[in-house]
Amino acid sequence: MESLLREYLPILIFFAVAIGLSGIMILASYIIARQRPDPEKVSAYECGFEAFDDARSRFDVRFYLVSILFIIFDLEVAFLFPWAVSLKETGVFGFWSMVIFLGILTIGFIYEWKKGALEWE
Amino acid sequence: MIIQAICFYLFAAITIASAVMVISARNPVHSVLFLILAFFNAAALFILLGAEFLGMILIVVYLGAVTVLFLFVVMMLDINVAELRQGFLQYLPIGGLIGLILLAELVLVLGSWVITPEAQAVARAPIPPIDEVSNTAALGNVLYTDYIYLFQASGIVLLVAMVGAIVLTLRSREGVRRQSIRTQNLRSREQSVEIKKVQSGSGV
Repeated sequence: MESLLREYLPILIFFAVAIGLSGIMILASYIIARQRPDPEKVSAYECGFEAFDDARSRFDVRFYLVSILFIIFDLEVAFLFPWAVSLKETGVFGFWSMVIFLGILTIGFIYEWKKGALEWE
Repeated sequence: MIIQAICFYLFAAITIASAVMVISARNPVHSVLFLILAFFNAAALFILLGAEFLGMILIVVYLGAVTVLFLFVVMMLDINVAELRQGFLQYLPIGGLIGLILLAELVLVLGSWVITPEAQAVARAPIPPIDEVSNTAALGNVLYTDYIYLFQASGIVLLVAMVGAIVLTLRSREGVRRQSIRTQNLRSREQSVEIKKVQSGSGV
């Protein structure tokens, strides 16, 4: 337990340095730099023309479909990691258990391929 | 050891603070960003517990994929923030009721060792000490054999999610010209090319 956490200590130090450094840079620009805001300076920067619309335009629902299909295969891969690590322990039974799991998801994969969900027209 | 305790309180405090900000931020996009912060700190808490694999999966799956999905949903719904605020008090009673029920359930789950100490021993799977078996291997040793039914059920749940997402969101558009290699290859010379004899000097 202790040795495990000691391995993560460099990451913690890295985070502390990164957060500290970025905080110092933001704070220093507030303290040292001269601030003279006017409406033109603080408005959103739009290249070449006046900002006229909300940036939050509606997305196409197909982005959502791609995203949710990505999550499902992401989870499938996440299940593969512990399986690969302990394949020696679980043996043939564990192997076929995972093959059935992959088979179930392959049915879904064939379905989405045939449906044309992976095509962007 | 003292660093561990400091880290725990720091990460836990940031998790709770950002969870409060998720429900109180005015802009829904800011809510999602605070949710990312909360997940990240929860992953750090998992690592402090010694559950490295769960922490990393939380980062990969939740931060990399689920919050992106939340951002898409927030963008897609085109929420008017002022309109959203109006219903806040109206839904407060039912929201508070659900919160109280969840709190009672959590108290029952976490306080069960006070009420029935013997129930704890039945439910708990023996977790090997972290010095002998790593967290990933400890999960893998039981997940695919002892809990095979739950594992296969999760596969079926993923299949249902996949089919459901396709059924709900996929619609084929009219008038889209796709390249079909098969029909291209099946075209014969007679269908597509016509040879005309042109008299010399007369034009077509």
